[in-house]
Amino acid sequence: MFEAIAFYLFSAITIAMFAITVLSKNALYSMSALAAGMVMISGFFFLLDADFLGVVQIIVYTGAVMALYAFGMMFFDTTRDVKEEIRAPKLVFLLSGLSALLLVIALVAPIVSDHITALYPMTEGVENPQAVGIVLFTKYLVPFEVAAVMLLVAMIAGIVLAGKKMDESLTLKVEEEFQEKGAK
Amino acid sequence: MTLTEFVIATIIKILVVLGLFSALAGFGTYLERKVLAFMQRRLGPMHVGPYGLLQVLADGIKLFTKEDIVPQNSVKPIFMIAPVIGAATAFIALAAVPLFPEFEIFGITIHPIIADINVGVLFVLGVMASGLFAPLLAGMASANKWGLLGAARTAIQLLSYEVVTGLSILAPLMLVGSLSLIDINNYQSGGFTDWIVWTQPVAFVLFLIAGFAETNRTPFDLLEHEAEIVSGYATEYSGMRWGMFFIGEYANMITIAFLASLIFLGGFNDWGFIPGGLAIVLKVSFLFFFFLWTRAAWPHVRPDQLMWLCWKVLMPVAVINVVVTGIVLMM
Repeated sequence: MFEAIAFYLFSAITIAMFAITVLSKNALYSMSALAAGMVMISGFFFLLDADFLGVVQIIVYTGAVMALYAFGMMFFDTTRDVKEEIRAPKLVFLLSGLSALLLVIALVAPIVSDHITALYPMTEGVENPQAVGIVLFTKYLVPFEVAAVMLLVAMIAGIVLAGKKMDESLTLKVEEEFQEKGAK
Repeated sequence: MTLTEFVIATIIKILVVLGLFSALAGFGTYLERKVLAFMQRRLGPMHVGPYGLLQVLADGIKLFTKEDIVPQNSVKPIFMIAPVIGAATAFIALAAVPLFPEFEIFGITIHPIIADINVGVLFVLGVMASGLFAPLLAGMASANKWGLLGAARTAIQLLSYEVVTGLSILAPLMLVGSLSLIDINNYQSGGFTDWIVWTQPVAFVLFLIAGFAETNRTPFDLLEHEAEIVSGYATEYSGMRWGMFFIGEYANMITIAFLASLIFLGGFNDWGFIPGGLAIVLKVSFLFFFFLWTRAAWPHVRPDQLMWLCWKVLMPVAVINVVVTGIVLMM
């Protein structure tokens, strides 16, 4: 009974939060609702006894949404509504509605036709983190390593792009400029 | 234990933890002022009650009766919800912390932990990290330039220290082989020499430094540094909403002290002749004092120094520590 109550509570809050994310014109509302929705999703993992994934969901999305906030802070006045310029509202509505519908059909089809089975069911007596580790390092070793290499590539690219003039300290430079002006 | 008993026991535990730790957080402010006064050769609060002990109560009455000001241009719902996030996440994080060893009362064995999930460490750290949404949202919603600067500093602080926290506790977790705080505690049950701090001193120091950043204590109190950005994210707040941020901050300090004692300092195992329950209270009190001691002894750092410290010094040290631990475990 508790599980049913918790499930419907979490689903209602999650749907409401993501609806606010999409519908709100204020960047601060959208981002806060996104963060709340992401945290609420972890509730489903906890209900399914996947504690590890639930906690990872919280940790990963806290950091990720925090980075989004940083961008929001740099690009918008987050206390005001964003003025959107949409040239063809009907077309946008049609296209986004259709793609959303396709996504729902693609995800619901296997559930409706009962073709979902656990390929790697939990073994008795193995804890959550161990179970994830076993699957990651046996069946999914290649995708796991490829993902690691891709992250490394992204990191090196990021450092190269951002790394110009990394040997100069901006703070010290400003102080030097002040001193030069003072000397004049 | 039947379901009804479980529900009742859990509700009682939640109420006890909420009441006890909000009281402790209030008392923490008094302790902080007294310890700082002692270190700076002052008296601190002396006038309300004996040795100023009732100062906490007076502050509480003041905070509750102050006018609750919400600025006109702020984003009001988020401005009002932000302090609640700060206090709530601090207490939610406490749910997965085993506070004391098991004990019996009226013939019932009590486990002093609200939710014994097998990924306790990650849960506590994750929820505490999401607590930094409170200063972030507060600063961004309050339509104040000092608030915005405080929010920006929150973002860089979270993105800097979180890597260090994760990597620093990875090495002790590799030794124990479990993410459950109770397993980590039991791993050190052999007494004083079994404490993980002796095998992982580097990880201990890194974890403490990251803990200071996590709770925005000096030397990393960038978010609300008075001399630079007025009061940072809390500039526009008054009354109980302002107070809730600080209840959250002090509860977080106690949580970090509990985590450090459980992971590195032998947890609630018996320490010589001292029973386990008292031992962990002593360890947590010392770590809490250590927080205040550091505040009295150190100046605070600039944001760029914090980022430099976290990314260029602490993170490489933590990675090397993990690699060395791995090599030692393999051999």
